[in-house]
Amino acid sequence: MVTAFLGATGLWIGLGVLVLFGLIFMGLYNGLVAGRNQCRNAWSQVDVQLKRRYDLIPNLVETAKGYLKHERETLEAVIKARQVAIDAKTVGEQAKAENMLTSTLRSLFAVSENYPDLKANQNMLALQEELTSTENRIGFARQHYNDSVLRYNNKVQQFPGNIIANMFAFREEEFFELEDQAAREAVKVQF
Amino acid sequence: MTKTRATFVELQRQNRRRAFLLGFVLFLVLGGAGAALGSAWGSWPLGALAGVAIALVQFLVARSAGDRILLAVAKAEPVRRLDRPQLVNVVEEVAIAAGVPCPEIRLIEDESPNAFAVGFRPDRAAVAVTTGLLEKLKRDELQAVVAHEIGHIRNGDSGYMVLMAVMVGTIVILADLAWHTLRWGGRSRSRSSKGGGPALILVALLLLALLAPLISRILQAAVSREREYLADATSVELTRNPSALASALRALTKDPARLKFANRGVQHLFIVNPLRKRRGGGGALASHPPLEKRIRRIEGLLA
Repeated sequence: MVTAFLGATGLWIGLGVLVLFGLIFMGLYNGLVAGRNQCRNAWSQVDVQLKRRYDLIPNLVETAKGYLKHERETLEAVIKARQVAIDAKTVGEQAKAENMLTSTLRSLFAVSENYPDLKANQNMLALQEELTSTENRIGFARQHYNDSVLRYNNKVQQFPGNIIANMFAFREEEFFELEDQAAREAVKVQF
Repeated sequence: MTKTRATFVELQRQNRRRAFLLGFVLFLVLGGAGAALGSAWGSWPLGALAGVAIALVQFLVARSAGDRILLAVAKAEPVRRLDRPQLVNVVEEVAIAAGVPCPEIRLIEDESPNAFAVGFRPDRAAVAVTTGLLEKLKRDELQAVVAHEIGHIRNGDSGYMVLMAVMVGTIVILADLAWHTLRWGGRSRSRSSKGGGPALILVALLLLALLAPLISRILQAAVSREREYLADATSVELTRNPSALASALRALTKDPARLKFANRGVQHLFIVNPLRKRRGGGGALASHPPLEKRIRRIEGLLA
């Protein structure tokens, strides 16, 4: 009776099941690959936006220098913080340096409130918008990174994807978290 | 009945399911309409197939040229970063949050604050806003509106809505043909062997001619409303700022200015119905949900 079942019909059904499993397997595996790549892409996006800020700052300092002759310390704090951020090696160092840079920029804009000529300067206004936008972009890039990590981690942890994940060493990614309380408050900044 | 607070993910899932279901029912109506007409002419499977095929061809045509035509008719001009740096920044920021390529940005000279999005794929899409929108909204409100539009693009609403419109259009054509057939007879009238057949076909044709267009328009409008809720939820997902969207929607709805480029064909594309002042646009055939319902859903969201 068994041999009868294992005849033509059984063979076809068996093949069908194999193909189905193969397709599911492929789908899950590719999903994991795509998810992990999206996380990596999102992370590099954060770096792109951080770099944008570094590039904007010299321009800002140049524009402000002429007006802020008596605020040298404030300007120098910005320049120094920028260099520290560029030189930062680990993620932790970088996060700290970024927060420092943000606060020196805030001081700079706070100080320029007292200089109406500088405030009205077209260049300064444009730079203000650019810096606001850059802070937002960094925040959004981090948000997108965390969203990507969440989606990917779900795939890695949930059944049946976790089987494939274990087989091929797909590991969970880490969320980006701001350690500094002050930095946590303002993801979106208005200078 | 108290509504529990939902996350935007749950809301999105719910909306997608509903919209898909409605679209599927519409598809069945299309097939049924084709079959009803087909049976009067001898072959109902062929009729059903023909109905679906007509809709598909129309959809492909619309898909290849639709969005460019729309932008041209709306007089939506391309914008340079130099002219509107804040607008460009706002859109680019949302694109980063959404993880999509930044869409083309267009500007419409019009006092009435409004916005729409076109494009079947995120990398070939455009967002158009009016000058009125830029003047009347604050930066974060503008961003919420842009996020809603980019949400439409990312959720594939443009394709969805065109597909709906094309199915409804085909059903209307078939209904017209059914009316035609009723008055001047189809092939099956000559067959006498089917017994109750011709009578059944007559009933089917009558239903098709009278009810099908109405039912399909209601379905289409329902899909449109679900997709608006979905885009609202996506906007909150992207900006994490529900109150910005709520206040933007309020400001937009209350604004008295009339949008110059607006008609029944395109009203569903805008974030707020540009034809809202005209009578008879509400209820089952409304393309947009009522403002208060939208705001209640938004404010019930955890950012």
